[in-house]
Amino acid sequence: MSAIDLAVQGSGKKPAPVRMTGAQALVECLKAEGVEYIFGIPGGAVLPLYDALYDSGLRTVLCRHEQGATHMADGYARATGRPGVVLATSGPGATNLVTGLATAYMDSIPMVAITGNVARHLIGRDAFQEADITGITLPVTKHNFLVRSARELPWAIKAAFHIATTGRPGPVLVDIPKDVGLEELNFTYPETVDLPGYKPTYKGHIRQILAAARAIMNAQRPLLYVGGGAIASGAHEEVRALAEKCDLPVTMTLMGLGAFPGDHPQSLGMLGMHGTAYANYAIQNCDVLIAVGARFDDRVTGNLKTFAPRVEQIIHIDIDPAEIGKNVVAHVPIVGDCRAVLSVLLEKVKEKKHPEWWQQIEEWRREYPLQYRKVDGQLHPQYVCEAIYEVTNGEAIVTTDVGQHQMWAAQYYRVKHPRHFISSGGLGTMGFGFPAAIGAKLARPDKEVFVVSGDGSFQMNIQELATAADLNVGVKVVIINNLYLGMVRQWQEFFHGRRYADSYLGTPDFVTIAKGYGVKGMLITDPADVKPALEEARAHDGPVVMDFRVVEEENCFPMVPAGGSNSEMLGPKGWIE
Amino acid sequence: MQASREREHTLSVLVENRPGVLSRVAGLFSRRGFNIESIVVGTTEDRRYSRMTIVVTGDEAEVEQVTKQLHKLIEVIKISELAPQEMVERELALIKVSADRSNRSEILQIVDIFRASVIDVSERSLVVEVTGDTDKVKAMIDLLRPFGIKEIVRTGRVAMTRGPRAVSPDAARPAGGLQAVSG
Repeated sequence: MSAIDLAVQGSGKKPAPVRMTGAQALVECLKAEGVEYIFGIPGGAVLPLYDALYDSGLRTVLCRHEQGATHMADGYARATGRPGVVLATSGPGATNLVTGLATAYMDSIPMVAITGNVARHLIGRDAFQEADITGITLPVTKHNFLVRSARELPWAIKAAFHIATTGRPGPVLVDIPKDVGLEELNFTYPETVDLPGYKPTYKGHIRQILAAARAIMNAQRPLLYVGGGAIASGAHEEVRALAEKCDLPVTMTLMGLGAFPGDHPQSLGMLGMHGTAYANYAIQNCDVLIAVGARFDDRVTGNLKTFAPRVEQIIHIDIDPAEIGKNVVAHVPIVGDCRAVLSVLLEKVKEKKHPEWWQQIEEWRREYPLQYRKVDGQLHPQYVCEAIYEVTNGEAIVTTDVGQHQMWAAQYYRVKHPRHFISSGGLGTMGFGFPAAIGAKLARPDKEVFVVSGDGSFQMNIQELATAADLNVGVKVVIINNLYLGMVRQWQEFFHGRRYADSYLGTPDFVTIAKGYGVKGMLITDPADVKPALEEARAHDGPVVMDFRVVEEENCFPMVPAGGSNSEMLGPKGWIE
Repeated sequence: MQASREREHTLSVLVENRPGVLSRVAGLFSRRGFNIESIVVGTTEDRRYSRMTIVVTGDEAEVEQVTKQLHKLIEVIKISELAPQEMVERELALIKVSADRSNRSEILQIVDIFRASVIDVSERSLVVEVTGDTDKVKAMIDLLRPFGIKEIVRTGRVAMTRGPRAVSPDAARPAGGLQAVSG
């Protein structure tokens, strides 16, 4: 029960202010925002805040490292679309958030991070556990606040949630000096905040939408290129409707996986550096490219000079005006929310078929399928990803870490639904997948959650096994263990004459480590055991760590070497001709 | 992207007058690799807002990207690029010149021609104050250089559109008034 009556929407009655401390006010703010979980670790400067949370009814998740807390909040946000909330203490607690904030910032994930700071009279004096966290996080947050008095706090929290969740979403940090948490104020929670410099555009310009419709109608070889923005705006149904109405092939970025069903016949899967050959050929040969919430990242475009050389019209739909024209020139720029724009665009296009274009694409699909060289008795990492898809029927949420396993998961786990593939795309943060899975599983207890990780990545936030064990969060960790930093090794093999500088890791005994945390551990070395092991893990009530000892020097194909052209890809048998 | 010619662009940026705004703006420039020629910050007719006059060098596409990125800062309210022919610009410089009895009058003549003024005199130096556009300030400095310049302090450029149009908060928000934003 809330300590005060919050305004009921539409009641027209403003609640009377209530006297309370800043810390209590923060609790009321978080309740008003509908916060379910707060991920964090207590420490000196946030003691007043944790004290107010103690019997507040809000659920706190005690993480073992603040970086883990940020990724849990991030995973929670990616699985639901609702903002994840993090709480950390001053100094090292706050600086430990930086990687997690940067991860969320690069992938446009809504998050509110609350940090304690030293008391106001100590700020700027190099006090114990003091860090200028608003200064430090300036480039990796959408915005941040240093709260200078308790009466500013409700406004700052309201503004933080508003900024984090609207427009192009992103993380917002609110830094609260310790004594602000203890200071009293007359609390009311503002219903709205007025930010004169912040007015995101949701509705696309109708003239531009009509121009886009004309371009799509005149296209001979159209291609729909879908990114994370489509998922953020909840545009998956509109994406599908447009693709089906106009017979468009669809390719997705890593962030866009799930925005269109991976098992749909019109899906070409992921494009780019480790995309399918047929998706890359489609982008290199299309005449009209419809980019929906995608930002032409270098991992997608390869060399910009040779990117999509036959394209005549690029339609670029994005809520962030700064993305349009940043990397490529858009012929039809549309600033707006993907869903809002697509729903209007859908009405303006007519049904159309592209039999010749599809014939060409099907030919590429037959000739250059996604494949790997199978050797009997060898445990191939790609097979593990396929097996997860098969045993879960593609209905599980999959989070990944970063490296080869991430690309194999993206290729072989054909994501069917939005918010079911959770991966650090922009920043490429190793150590992301496992804590993100804990956040996702807490957010969606109804869903199976698998982590596809690597032996390198998993060890970067392995301490969160304690968090998963404590709360019995049933995430199933699949370690694609090749004893190497696999992607580093692959690059060294191709570009550094097989000089494997510091990429060999060896391996700890993950089963014993899991056991030490009270978590079920399994070792799998035989391909015949893959599916039974996955089934056993699924049946187990609680977290599981599965150590899959895969082929050590397997490479991830296709591959467009960095800065190369998307038409020139390496495959398992050398350059794809 | 088609690269147009690089030139100087003057941006008039209206921002909320809150702590840290300058470091947000300056940080954005360095982070995204844009070059600032000069940046001047001052309060406006309304103390809730500050105005920055920023001179950047780049081609059209770069400056468009700068502008869009600046717009993303929550505390940036309005940005106007001032076209060279449609603005007045001024810069102020203080120039400390070596001067003794033998050459003082010669320097004073130059100061006179430029309608600048001398604001400090000592046995061995003069401090000259000059106001004008960048070319005028540069010309003045060039002429004083042979006498021996000890120190120069320049403000960077401030600029304003000619005519009645204003880059003001009211113009940024056609309807309704502005509310104070801090608690």
